[in-house]
Amino acid sequence: MISVPRGTGRATAIVVAAILLGAPPLLAPYMLSLVTQALIWAMLAMSLDLILGYTGLASLGHAAYLGLGAYSVGILTTRHGANFWVTLAVGILLAALGAAIFGLVALRATGVYFLMITLALGMVVWGLAHRWVSLTAGDNGIASVPRPRGLPWAFTDTLSFYYLVLVAFAVAFVVLWTIVHSPFGKTLVGIRESESRMRTLGYHVWLHKYVGFVIAGAAGGFAGVFWAYYNGFVSPADAELATSVEILLMVALGGRGTLYGPALGAAVIVLLKNVVSVYTHRWLLILGAVYIGTIVYAPEGIVGLLRDRLKERGRVA
Amino acid sequence: VNLEFLIGQVFNGVSYGALLFLLAGGLSLIFGMMRIVNMTHGSYYLLGGYVALTVMWGGAPFIVGILAAALAIAVIGIGEWNAFLKRLSGQELGQVLTTMGFALIFQDLGLVLWGGDPQTIKIPASLSGSWEIGQLFFPVYRVFIVGVAAAIALVLWLVLEKTRLGAMMRATVDDPEMARGVGINVFLISMGVFAMGALLAAVAGVVAGGFVGVYPGADFEILPYAFVVVIVGGMGSLKGALVGSLLVGLLDNFGKALFPELSYFTLFAPMAMILAVRPTGLFGRA
Repeated sequence: MISVPRGTGRATAIVVAAILLGAPPLLAPYMLSLVTQALIWAMLAMSLDLILGYTGLASLGHAAYLGLGAYSVGILTTRHGANFWVTLAVGILLAALGAAIFGLVALRATGVYFLMITLALGMVVWGLAHRWVSLTAGDNGIASVPRPRGLPWAFTDTLSFYYLVLVAFAVAFVVLWTIVHSPFGKTLVGIRESESRMRTLGYHVWLHKYVGFVIAGAAGGFAGVFWAYYNGFVSPADAELATSVEILLMVALGGRGTLYGPALGAAVIVLLKNVVSVYTHRWLLILGAVYIGTIVYAPEGIVGLLRDRLKERGRVA
Repeated sequence: VNLEFLIGQVFNGVSYGALLFLLAGGLSLIFGMMRIVNMTHGSYYLLGGYVALTVMWGGAPFIVGILAAALAIAVIGIGEWNAFLKRLSGQELGQVLTTMGFALIFQDLGLVLWGGDPQTIKIPASLSGSWEIGQLFFPVYRVFIVGVAAAIALVLWLVLEKTRLGAMMRATVDDPEMARGVGINVFLISMGVFAMGALLAAVAGVVAGGFVGVYPGADFEILPYAFVVVIVGGMGSLKGALVGSLLVGLLDNFGKALFPELSYFTLFAPMAMILAVRPTGLFGRA
């Protein structure tokens, strides 16, 4: 499409993969833990991008799936001593189930209405986390979530846990990549571009959206499982509205409709947040400016900016 | 569940609903007219409370506090709309992120300027105390809130339904392009509505400051309620905002009293059910 030298994308991907695989042993534990965190949020942002970027539906309730995945881990490990595979399965299934129910309600609407309905649905999960104290411990949250059990490795140190999350990230990326490049993914893009045309062509528009919505939810739950293990702590903040908006920001900042864009956006926000908060307490002020600046200066995200730059260069040459 | 409990809860629910109406009435018109998803609305509410608090620390009476807050927040709203939001029509994601950015900035500024401690707005002596009827107590201040909300609802209704200005506003909600075509200044009308929404949110913030206080976090605590009122009632519908506010106020109160563990669930789940049947809300048009 664009006059980028052939293979640039593949070369970049190989370099990034090599860095993610090789560099961590050289990093200080604090930096390594930030990179781990960035990978987890990248999974969340990519999962949201499936419905926001590829299907064109802005959801304000995506943190609900993070919460469902994270609480599955929190409750099952601290009260029932569950192993990793059980928590992973329950976390994904619960998030998928939540999305399956929410999708029935939310997908009747589009645009602003979809946004508002997903907000209300997200608040249902947050409300349960906040108030159902006997199950979720309310605002105190669930502390001392152990590292994954029942795996051949203990994953107690930062480095090995990083590699576990990296494997999870790779799995999420490959699965989502396969989905968006499949005929199903192309159909979602078609629906984003023109719902009526896709309907006329005989596609079952609602069903495609619904399946996409449920997959995005399940992938969000998958990320939530690792978030709980990473943090060792689960609280209603994981499912709150501000978190949902932050995931939206990550996708918008990186670039909608590309999987690597949201992953990049997530990494930028996580690093910025942690690095800036070291220097100043006025972190919210800066985050607020990032929100506004993204929309003013990079409405198509960082990937969009780079693409424009490349296009210009292509024209000159 | 006895009768006193029932009446008491209904009264609390209605007075909370009245407060929500102040907050959500303007938000609903903003949605309806401009399709702007405004995450800053809760900040207007919080900042309104802080402005009134500051003015009243200087010795001004309660009513001056309300007016100062209304004016200051209307100006902020106009500025935000003019500088950013008017260019983002039809871009929900852009609106959400921009207004969220402002909400975060206002949240932090609030923390810098007024600190992290909860404050209470001192209500006039004539509004304190309560009326006693049999075994029941009705705090005068809550009756006052219901009165203010009813008065504002009436004024808004009269303006919208009975005046030329109101007709122009309704035309702008129904079909902005056509309204522009027949010579209505859609720009001014939209700005006016946005300012009015911000102003009412500020009034709600001051009034709420008298009984729940003004504290960091109140902005994001109340915001979902305002959204839910608007969604349930239907965007752009005054009647919808009124019915939605009362419904949310009552559901919230009874939910918290009867099922404390599931209280938010009992609020948001019925909302979702209503939307499943009527995606545009009770009184909204697609």
